Amino acid sequence: MKPDEIAALLGAQFGAKILESKPSPLSPWSVVDPAEILPVCRFLRDDERLRMDHLECLAGVDYKDRIEVVYVLYSMTHRHRYALKCLLPRESARLNSVESIWGAANWHEREAYDLLGIVFEGHSDLRRILLPDDWEGHPLRRDYKFPTSYRDMPV
Amino acid sequence: MGVLEGKFEENVFITSVDWLFNWARSNSPWPLSFGLACCAIEMMATGAARYDLARFGAEVFRGTPRQADVMIVAGTVTMKMATRIKRLYAQMPEPKYVISMGSCSNNGGPYWQYGYHVLKGVDEVIPVDVYVPGCPPRPESLLEGLIQLQKKIRQETIAKPKGSKGAA
Amino acid sequence: MEAEYTGDVMTLNMGPQHPSTHGVLRLELKTDGEVVAEAIPHIGYLHRCFEKHAENIEYPGVVPFTDRMDYCAAMNMELGYVLAVEKLMGIEVNNRVRCIRIIMAELNRIASHLIAAGTYGNDMGSFTPFLWCFRDRETILDIFEETCGARLLYNYNWIGGLMCDVLPGFEKRVIDFIDYFEPQVDNLNKLLSDNYIFIKRTANVGIMPPELAINYGVTGPNLRGSGIKFDVRKDEPYLGYEEYDFDVAIGRGEHGPIGSCWDRYMVRIREVKESCKIVRQAVAKMTPGDVQESIPKRIKPAAGEVYHRTECPRGELGYYIVSDGSLKPYRVKVKSPCFTVMGAFRKISRGAMIADIIAILGSVDVVLGEIDR
Repeated sequence: MKPDEIAALLGAQFGAKILESKPSPLSPWSVVDPAEILPVCRFLRDDERLRMDHLECLAGVDYKDRIEVVYVLYSMTHRHRYALKCLLPRESARLNSVESIWGAANWHEREAYDLLGIVFEGHSDLRRILLPDDWEGHPLRRDYKFPTSYRDMPV
Repeated sequence: MGVLEGKFEENVFITSVDWLFNWARSNSPWPLSFGLACCAIEMMATGAARYDLARFGAEVFRGTPRQADVMIVAGTVTMKMATRIKRLYAQMPEPKYVISMGSCSNNGGPYWQYGYHVLKGVDEVIPVDVYVPGCPPRPESLLEGLIQLQKKIRQETIAKPKGSKGAA
Repeated sequence: MEAEYTGDVMTLNMGPQHPSTHGVLRLELKTDGEVVAEAIPHIGYLHRCFEKHAENIEYPGVVPFTDRMDYCAAMNMELGYVLAVEKLMGIEVNNRVRCIRIIMAELNRIASHLIAAGTYGNDMGSFTPFLWCFRDRETILDIFEETCGARLLYNYNWIGGLMCDVLPGFEKRVIDFIDYFEPQVDNLNKLLSDNYIFIKRTANVGIMPPELAINYGVTGPNLRGSGIKFDVRKDEPYLGYEEYDFDVAIGRGEHGPIGSCWDRYMVRIREVKESCKIVRQAVAKMTPGDVQESIPKRIKPAAGEVYHRTECPRGELGYYIVSDGSLKPYRVKVKSPCFTVMGAFRKISRGAMIADIIAILGSVDVVLGEIDR
């Protein structure tokens, strides 16, 4: 399916919950209301025409005024790709976990939590994955201050 | 040979014993397999058939620090790993040596500027005997580093340090 | 395989320093005797802050950092990043650059699979395949060293072209190597792949069902070992791969169920033969040209974002790059295939014995530099 067909299908199914769509050929995406991410993802995975069974990438991006969580989805059966985005406020970035839909999301969400501080509700095991458990701060945030030392070792 | 060290002044018997101990230690430095990152692949290549590390006595890479003489820190040392390195170094029995292989373990390497999780040099946590520069060092560089370590070992002595009084 | 766990469960640490963890991986094993109830991987011991570096360094300067993520297959890592930025900027490179990039990527794929096979044999207790694989790999590294000066981390693929052209005689050296190497693969098969002990240790262990593989986002030889025919070079070709004639190797379950460790290992060996075919065709397609003619004066993409994926030896490597129109990337997110497959490791290692954990770990062929970035 072409990106604009996927965008049209999503719009038809979810109406106002899809806030914005940009089905460009280079990088098609739709912005989804964060509260509705679970039903949208389940529809994308289970609908016969879409069958997005492969979560390719779950990225968090810190912009000045918001944090975006980008889900890049791919279908192994139909060979098409689409991206979803959720815009979250920087102070309280909370989102439902899609671990129950794609098992790959388990570790990807842990990494987004570790490096950007996005809390995924419903995650089975949300703790730091790359940095030590007693690390302070979320390094990929734009306002992150490099620590001077960690456990008496200079950084 | 901890019981013999530091007990005697320098004399002709000590020099012969020194020569024997240093010959034994320098010709069989058993490394601890401690490859962390890219330098580990070059260390494996040094141990493989073309740049044979076995001809210098470093035949067996021990899995446990308790049987190893030299720890070749090959790769980037991160904060999370640094605590483990301290423990591994403490587990090695004397005499023990450390070769810091690659620029990451020398002083942080390419990650010196924005690496919040990278330790800028393994000598922040353990004492290093030989630094081998490179990113990654060629196998010949690592062999040169090992030879320098062997030269360093051959200069050791079990005599009392000059100017000290009484038993160690 | 669900087993009954009776008695106490003991926690054993297969710590970051271990002869067979293929890097600094910590596996927390909860064992009931010799049977492992849970094998929980802990990573982060090699987290080198690649994504933070990428935000603060200009586009061309990020290429050496991409090398160091998967250091066994550096050409492929660079290629993924460079192709993503070229897609964002709309740069087309000429035929010579495409052919040389394919040759380098495929040679590096062969080198990486040789490391995988050699160290896997080493883990299983045989040292000779390790020496044979590294000996053959040295010839590939000689070719790389002649071309760009480095054995392991190259900085050769630049945005819009290559660092420098290949030397005269390159084609002949590559073909000589491929001619010498193809029979060596059969020797390796006789020594290791068809070895009774190796098959016994790997053929019924670490079964990854295809649905689990897709749900957990596993790609590359690990996915193909479960029988699913999916390769980015065929499904979403880049660099002109659609014009090359090669097969996609999948696991067929000759010894034991499909999706076992032996299948994943064998997919890599078969891929090496396919890579040899691709290299021959690429050398035949090479035309004279200037490898630096499409390199722009300043790498300053327009604001936007792109997700591009390539087939690196460990799976599907994805780069999600966000550009704000300046000289430095705004965000570079790397989707690392090894990170995704480690997420599924816990599932496929349940109920195995401790020695089988090592077999499973060797068969998924992880490189910690790519997982931790």
